[in-house]
Amino acid sequence: MIGVFPVFTLGAMGLFFGAVLGLTSRKLHIRVDAKTDKILGVLPNINCGACGYPLCRGFAKAVSEGKAEPTGCVPGGFKTAHAIADILGVTISVTEAGMAVVHCKGGLKEAAERSVYRGIMDCHAAMVAGNGSKVCADGCLGLGSCVSACPFGAISITANNVAVVNPDKCNGCGKCVGSCPRAIIGLIPRVHKIFLACSNHDYGAKVKKYCSVGCTACGLCVKSAAPGAIEMKDSLPKLDYSGEENFIVAVHKCPSNCFVDLVKTRPKVNIDVKCDGSGECVKYCPVDAIHGEPGRRYVVDKDKCIGCGLCLNKCHVHAIALWGGLGYAQKTKGKWQKM
Amino acid sequence: MNLAGLIQISIGAVLINNFVLARMLGLCPFLGVSKKLSSALGMGIAVTFVMAMASLCTWCADAFVLAPYGLEYLQTVVFILIIASLVQLVEMTVQKFSPLLYESLGIYLPLITTNCAVLGVALINTGTNPYSGRAFTFVEAFVNGTMSGVGFTVALVLMAGIREKLDLAPIAKPLEGLPIAFLTAGLIALAFLGFVGLGFSSFAAGG
Repeated sequence: MIGVFPVFTLGAMGLFFGAVLGLTSRKLHIRVDAKTDKILGVLPNINCGACGYPLCRGFAKAVSEGKAEPTGCVPGGFKTAHAIADILGVTISVTEAGMAVVHCKGGLKEAAERSVYRGIMDCHAAMVAGNGSKVCADGCLGLGSCVSACPFGAISITANNVAVVNPDKCNGCGKCVGSCPRAIIGLIPRVHKIFLACSNHDYGAKVKKYCSVGCTACGLCVKSAAPGAIEMKDSLPKLDYSGEENFIVAVHKCPSNCFVDLVKTRPKVNIDVKCDGSGECVKYCPVDAIHGEPGRRYVVDKDKCIGCGLCLNKCHVHAIALWGGLGYAQKTKGKWQKM
Repeated sequence: MNLAGLIQISIGAVLINNFVLARMLGLCPFLGVSKKLSSALGMGIAVTFVMAMASLCTWCADAFVLAPYGLEYLQTVVFILIIASLVQLVEMTVQKFSPLLYESLGIYLPLITTNCAVLGVALINTGTNPYSGRAFTFVEAFVNGTMSGVGFTVALVLMAGIREKLDLAPIAKPLEGLPIAFLTAGLIALAFLGFVGLGFSSFAAGG
């Protein structure tokens, strides 16, 4: 008999609490739109707030209620937008998201320092303490405020003390753009792999004194690109990504090597047997890579060719093609390499 | 109602017998949720709330169900049952009436279910009150529960504040992250040892 009582008490308590919980869950049941949970499932769930709603759940709710556009998720990009559109049963048209780039590549090796900073390892703190340690007033401080701002771990500080964005990890949410006290991080369309890695507004020899990869505002890139594609503004070239220009020539013409081309190896031009030796293409090549005798098949110097594609459509017999386009393997320096 | 006794209990629970730093209970959330000040405060408030509620419920269960029938040996099992149900109940209520609070606190609530600090305070409340020498009364148990939660919050917020600063400090590579947090926790605990001098036991015995 004595053994039954505790068992009974415990059982009764368990039953009582179970009943209370059961009743409350009935009473407090929340009706959730099935779409909200589905949409939440395709969202990145990092609660970055770039959409303007508190938490991913807030955005999912707003979308399922028709208060927000399915394209609103910035880091999710067009993949997420399409997934949401599928759930909602609507059609949308979106382009691929942008990616962040650091408009500076002057690290310890390239850019001069004017002081030694030994404070809190944060760019904002360094800006307060004497405007940073670099001579250049617009150079990357390399203390990593953007690194901690990035929710995807896409930004790192190189051994050379400059921030670089890993394009594969970047989702273009733009959080780093606001985190940089010098405002030298920007977003560019993902299809463009070329950007200017300098934000310095000085010009000429002044820049050269303290940074070997600083833009001197010489204007060679402006001349090399299609009219209007690059504009010199406040002693810095401004790249217009909306046009056809691919900026490949600008990269090679820049005497200070200020540009960054994220594509390791560009495809090279090849002239096939259809060539009738008119020599038309020669004058379009910006790097003089095409040579030959009139009347015979012209050849392309593969070491010189930069793959800009300016000669492609100029051939009247269509003998010119790019070999080893993006995404294909190509042999460079004895190694096969995916581009 | 003995107000002085309640104040003694409060100071004892917050400073002298701080749950984390003196009793070494609830160390898991102490190190897990102390990376950011805001989430530390949220966790602290959630724990305080649950501790206060759990103190009330478990004291009643102990006084009216277990003690009269000589079932004190079931305390641990029954208290776990009560605390788990209570946390579930709180979770459901918060989810219904404040979704935003649920989103920010919801992740901590399941953690609290199995938090030893909550069970600890429930079990301490069934013992004798060191300041009066008698068993905890209902109000004393409630005050002890709430103030233990406040003590937990204080420890958590202190730790989070230090860890936020530590993030920016140049720390030797092998000590980065959890190791330095453990060292810090040890140092704070040492500092809290000083509060032992506040012990009221001497004049509690006299009055």
